[in-house]
Amino acid sequence: MTKQIRQLDRVVIRFAGDSGDGMQLTGDRFTSETAQLGNDISTLPNFPAEIRAPAGTLPGVSSFQVHFADYDILTPGDAPNVLVAMNPAALKANLADLPRGADIIVNTDEFTRRNLAKVGYQVSPLEDDSLAGYVVHPVALTSMTVGALTEQDVSKKDAERAKNMFALGLLSWMYSRPYQSTIRFLERKFAARPELVAANIAAFRAGWNFGETTEDFAVRYEVKPAKMQPGTYRNITGNAALSLGLVAAGVRSGLPVFLGAYPITPASDILHELSKHKRFGVLTMQAEDEIAAVGAALGASYGGALGVTTTSGPGVALKSETISLAVALELPLVIVDVQRAGPSTGMPTKTEQADLNMALYGRHGEAPVAVIAPKSPSDCFHAAIEAARIALTYRTPVILLSDNYVANGSEPWLLPEVESLPDLRVEFATAPNGEDGVSFLPYLRDPQTLARPWAIPGTAGLEHRIGGLEKADKTGDISYDPANHDFMVRTRAARIETIPVPDIEVEDPDGDARVLVLGWGSTYGPIGAACRGLRQRGLSIAQAHLRHLAPMPANLGAVLRAYDRVVIPEMNLGQLAHVIRARYLVDTIGYNQVRGLPFTANELETMLEEVLKNV
Amino acid sequence: MSEPVTLKLTAKDFKSDQEVRWCPGCGDYAILAAIQQFMPELNIPRERTVFVSGIGCSSRFPYYMNTYGMHSIHGRAPAIATGLSVSRPDLSVWVVTGDGDALSIGGNHLIHALRRNVNLKILLFNNRIYGLTKGQYSPTSEVGKVTKSTPVGSADAPFNPLSLALGAEASFVGRTIDSDRKHLQSVLRAAAEHQGSAFVEIYQNCNIFNDGAFDQLKEPATRDDYLIRLEHGRPITFGADGQFCVVHPPGGFGLEVRETASVRPEEIVTHDATVADPAYAFALSRLPGLDLRNTPIGVFRSVDRPSYDSVVQAQLAEAKATVTETPEQQLAGLLNSGDTWTIV
Repeated sequence: MTKQIRQLDRVVIRFAGDSGDGMQLTGDRFTSETAQLGNDISTLPNFPAEIRAPAGTLPGVSSFQVHFADYDILTPGDAPNVLVAMNPAALKANLADLPRGADIIVNTDEFTRRNLAKVGYQVSPLEDDSLAGYVVHPVALTSMTVGALTEQDVSKKDAERAKNMFALGLLSWMYSRPYQSTIRFLERKFAARPELVAANIAAFRAGWNFGETTEDFAVRYEVKPAKMQPGTYRNITGNAALSLGLVAAGVRSGLPVFLGAYPITPASDILHELSKHKRFGVLTMQAEDEIAAVGAALGASYGGALGVTTTSGPGVALKSETISLAVALELPLVIVDVQRAGPSTGMPTKTEQADLNMALYGRHGEAPVAVIAPKSPSDCFHAAIEAARIALTYRTPVILLSDNYVANGSEPWLLPEVESLPDLRVEFATAPNGEDGVSFLPYLRDPQTLARPWAIPGTAGLEHRIGGLEKADKTGDISYDPANHDFMVRTRAARIETIPVPDIEVEDPDGDARVLVLGWGSTYGPIGAACRGLRQRGLSIAQAHLRHLAPMPANLGAVLRAYDRVVIPEMNLGQLAHVIRARYLVDTIGYNQVRGLPFTANELETMLEEVLKNV
Repeated sequence: MSEPVTLKLTAKDFKSDQEVRWCPGCGDYAILAAIQQFMPELNIPRERTVFVSGIGCSSRFPYYMNTYGMHSIHGRAPAIATGLSVSRPDLSVWVVTGDGDALSIGGNHLIHALRRNVNLKILLFNNRIYGLTKGQYSPTSEVGKVTKSTPVGSADAPFNPLSLALGAEASFVGRTIDSDRKHLQSVLRAAAEHQGSAFVEIYQNCNIFNDGAFDQLKEPATRDDYLIRLEHGRPITFGADGQFCVVHPPGGFGLEVRETASVRPEEIVTHDATVADPAYAFALSRLPGLDLRNTPIGVFRSVDRPSYDSVVQAQLAEAKATVTETPEQQLAGLLNSGDTWTIV
């Protein structure tokens, strides 16, 4: 039977199942196949902090959403067009997000009385009218997978576990995805167990063939490649991009990268990734605690490495004292904060932007540092290089504020030419700098950058002592002189405030917008998508996005004052808004949600439309 | 291989231009002088020597050494020094700390530096009191200690620093006394020669807040009967006339002090710092009583175990050994790895 093929411009699919069902892997594979096809992509994983929450329960549901289109997209999509629900819990947990008319593919084998009862279904939703508004495709995923693998040399349990590949095969057929990369992936993943390679490939093919033959799926879809800038791409998560950015910073500076880290969600993947790159001279140390992690990184910086520590909010709190020491020592240090919902343990696998105040102000004494926030998964690569550039050039701690949304989300990344990356080479001090020609003044500054010389141990003639006690200007000797302390505090503030950062750019294609939306960090995508939506409906709105939060771009005040209204959406209770009001005396309208989830473009569009009406 | 160059350094070369600001009469002066006099012996250039400290009276030490140095934050010196040492194996890294810095606020970093066997020489100046904060009890103060913060006596049981270090898998553990320069230098010499973490407890007198804490070990009238001077390969006897000795009683768990005359010579334990089982050094560390009787000094334990630094550097070297490309070529390869696609 020939199937009808329908063209779509965009699709949002959500794979949902129990945390043991392999939904993250399934979503990853589908994404990779989709990337090969040249669609633009944006993904959003959503999983519980528990490794294996009780099977079949609502808290145990893990999902992966992928949005792909034949044009450039900015978000993983507000609402799925297709939900793959591997059990009743996955259906129940995700149904509210589905628009009417969406396709739901359910694994009927899991809709047993027991599983239904676990999530409070009295009657199976497949048997009453509750799903009447949707297009439901009941598929006996588990039993068909087991049936397809009877000839394979695997246990029943292993056969059942391959059901996610059946689902992937079916979806790959439905959306005409190329599957060669998945076959190669399975061959690599199970290289040690050839019987599992065969079983998983067989399950994938069974799913594909099921789509091809069953009458339940009458339509097959295609999404044409997006018009993207020429070049080589790969799909990348923020954490992976950030790790590669740090490796690149090591190469471009010629310095060894030293990572001190203590495992913490959602930052641990950076430690995992960097530990693989020893051939670049990247040295990773899993420290005994967060404090030791940053301490070791600072010790390595003192010795002439690019010291880095990676963590999330609770870890930054613990590192605070050492970051202040780094401020006093004026040594390079990169602190990566992959923000998660707080306070305290909060919701470790959910996103939030509530560490901005801590990054800007969370230290004792006057202890300014530079702060940078990446705006998308692939921007994490460039933001990491920028953080390293500032740290090395200005000899200062730099906090890189990522968050769970960009860290675990993914998008296509146009691979840069290595030669196009900034040159980060630094010069260590090698000779005395005192007027007498023999003395070394560790706090004699470069007049341009206000950076002090980086004289690393091993350099003869420059032996000197540094420490947390206040230092006299130039000599670095211990000083309790009131005027000197005042001078040093102001100098430390000035050296951050005067770091040149690029002007903020305003996107206002109509040129007559009266409302500016200002964002920072990971909200770039949803804000951009909302602005596009408004413009498509003939409304004018301007968008600007802050990447440098300390220091702020020199033109920011002028930009803000050029608009009648400034709206600041943030996944916190108004931390950037507070800074903007205080610094620029510009009033702002906040839009604040802290649900552990990124903004949807739709909610921002609705909110902004209200603002526009009232200008 | 050419002969190593003799640097001809002197104690003076290791004195910095900073005014020493400990209280007059502090035991730290003696330790500083002993170390400045000892350092030339190592024949390590000053620029390759780094002293890292935390916070406390003892932690001012780096300012007075004309080497590289960092006076860091409370308790964190072992962590900072670990990052420096592992990334710069060419350096000789020393940590100077105190009983509060190392055992209270920084206890975690100390034990982990020791278990990793980081190539650090850790000198713990133990005066059994908080000096810089003006006289509170410390984690090595005796139970019932009356101080500003414990007016009716401390309720805390103290740490035995050497027992703690041995429990943390330390590969080198020693103890010495501020006032005995020759002995102090002999222990430092052994520590400096050791590959990996060397932990040295130095009994140090705080003449302001805990004066005379170790007097029994210093006064001519008592010291010989109180101190056990450990010497590798020698039977452990002590006392002005060698009248005491250390034995391992059959059926017992540890070591005990007996009168030499009461035991057969072969029952006397011969000191061996290289015994693999830390139980022996641990038993030695438990000999002193509350009155400081039977206090061993010297090298308790010195065993070979790969240092963290050497293992990490070997991993890096192995990974780099197969690299034939430039770093830029390597990076281009890394960026282009995985599933890529090209749009023309």
